[in-house]
Amino acid sequence: MDLTPVTIDVGVLVSKTVTSLHSHLVTRPTGRAVRLAIEAQMAGSGAQSLSVIDLSDVTILDFSCADEVIAKLLQAYLEPDSPEAFFMLRGVGESHRDQIQVVLERQELVAVAESDTGVRELLGVIEAYDARVWQLLETEGPLVREDFERVFPEPSLDDVLERLQKRRILFQSSISGQYHALSQLVDDTL
Amino acid sequence: MNVFSVPTELDHLAVDQVLDTAGQMGIERMLFDARHVRWIDPNGMVALLAAGAELKKQGGSPRLQLPDNSDVLGYLSRMGFFRQANGIFELLGRVPKRVSRLSDVLLEITSITANADVHTVIDDVQKRAGHVLASRLGYPATSVVQFSVILSEVCQNIVEHAEGPGWVAVQAYNWTKRLGRYVVVISVMDIGRGFRDSLNDEHSARYGDRWGDSTALEAAFLHGLTRFPDSGRGQGIQQIRRQVQRWNGSITIRSGTARIAQVPEWDITDPVVDGLKSFPGAQISIILPAVK
Repeated sequence: MDLTPVTIDVGVLVSKTVTSLHSHLVTRPTGRAVRLAIEAQMAGSGAQSLSVIDLSDVTILDFSCADEVIAKLLQAYLEPDSPEAFFMLRGVGESHRDQIQVVLERQELVAVAESDTGVRELLGVIEAYDARVWQLLETEGPLVREDFERVFPEPSLDDVLERLQKRRILFQSSISGQYHALSQLVDDTL
Repeated sequence: MNVFSVPTELDHLAVDQVLDTAGQMGIERMLFDARHVRWIDPNGMVALLAAGAELKKQGGSPRLQLPDNSDVLGYLSRMGFFRQANGIFELLGRVPKRVSRLSDVLLEITSITANADVHTVIDDVQKRAGHVLASRLGYPATSVVQFSVILSEVCQNIVEHAEGPGWVAVQAYNWTKRLGRYVVVISVMDIGRGFRDSLNDEHSARYGDRWGDSTALEAAFLHGLTRFPDSGRGQGIQQIRRQVQRWNGSITIRSGTARIAQVPEWDITDPVVDGLKSFPGAQISIILPAVK
């Protein structure tokens, strides 16, 4: 696998980053500081990376901070000249879910999220058909194109796979051609 | 000397009288006569501070005649009113000695001038809000998170948009006569630039002649517009409205000469009021009732 793995514990990072040591992820400046710290941590990770953003220790996450930490981070790495960075959110509890969903929806983004009970889902904006393709990979992967085709024979499959890849919620190995769910890469590499 | 008789029941319905009076220009010496106040809620306390601070900003010398009623005085003390009022008013009357901080106060009056103050509010409210929301309002234990998010977003409005000083206070009451159940009242007020001025450069052109305080409030409150070009902005108020609605609560925002509201069936407040006397900044009141 040619991905550089990075684990980011936001709970630890927020206390390291924010001068006055706050335990809650609230306000835009706090979110901005945390995002910059995440970006600094990722700076040496090469052209492709996979990062786990761990929210397990975050009690309060407000909309402003969720926008700064999560939406803007994802958005920045979707820019054409940015490194190919993949993100998975971990420790997403009920207390975070709504805020993350709202800020991702607003920017028409999507992210793979693992709940605090270990359930993996997509948050943000995703077509129902695309979500089903992603779900197959999540439960059955790694897969090759023919595996998908058996379940999704529609001619739009290639477009869907390309779109999911562009949105960074699945990874295709340039060596094997196999498609991997981010969660499987996380389990394998981190 | 101009004398303003503070309403005997100074709550969210009566604060307009305070703000209207203070919004009049050219009042150099002003006495707020609060001797007959028998009931005051966070909106009343914070409105007094905002009114006094605005008069002082205009070069006036606001004075506050303290209430006669010892219960009201004691309550003002527990809410931290005098600590904030000291730098604003000349206080006439005997300020009660501060006793230890009592547990019935959900969030003392806290001044908001920087993001660090928002963190302080969120840290403070964690200690008591969960218990009050569950025991008084019957909300689930997890509601303290949404409650904190509301507070955070509404306080950030002062720092991000008002560019002026502001205050927040929260308390729970038994509204036996009015509603027959407990409510939590959140009051957040500032004397900054207000919604119209904040949005003016970016959005006034599209409204043309209609542009004013009420259209600026509609733009922010109903459509989520902000002065920032960043599309991630403007969701704070939208999400506050959504959560308040889920809890069957009411939210009103007064700014300049207008007020806008999202009210449930139990609240008689008009959705939009225009033609108020001008007062700077924004004054936000949120009332969350107990579940039936």
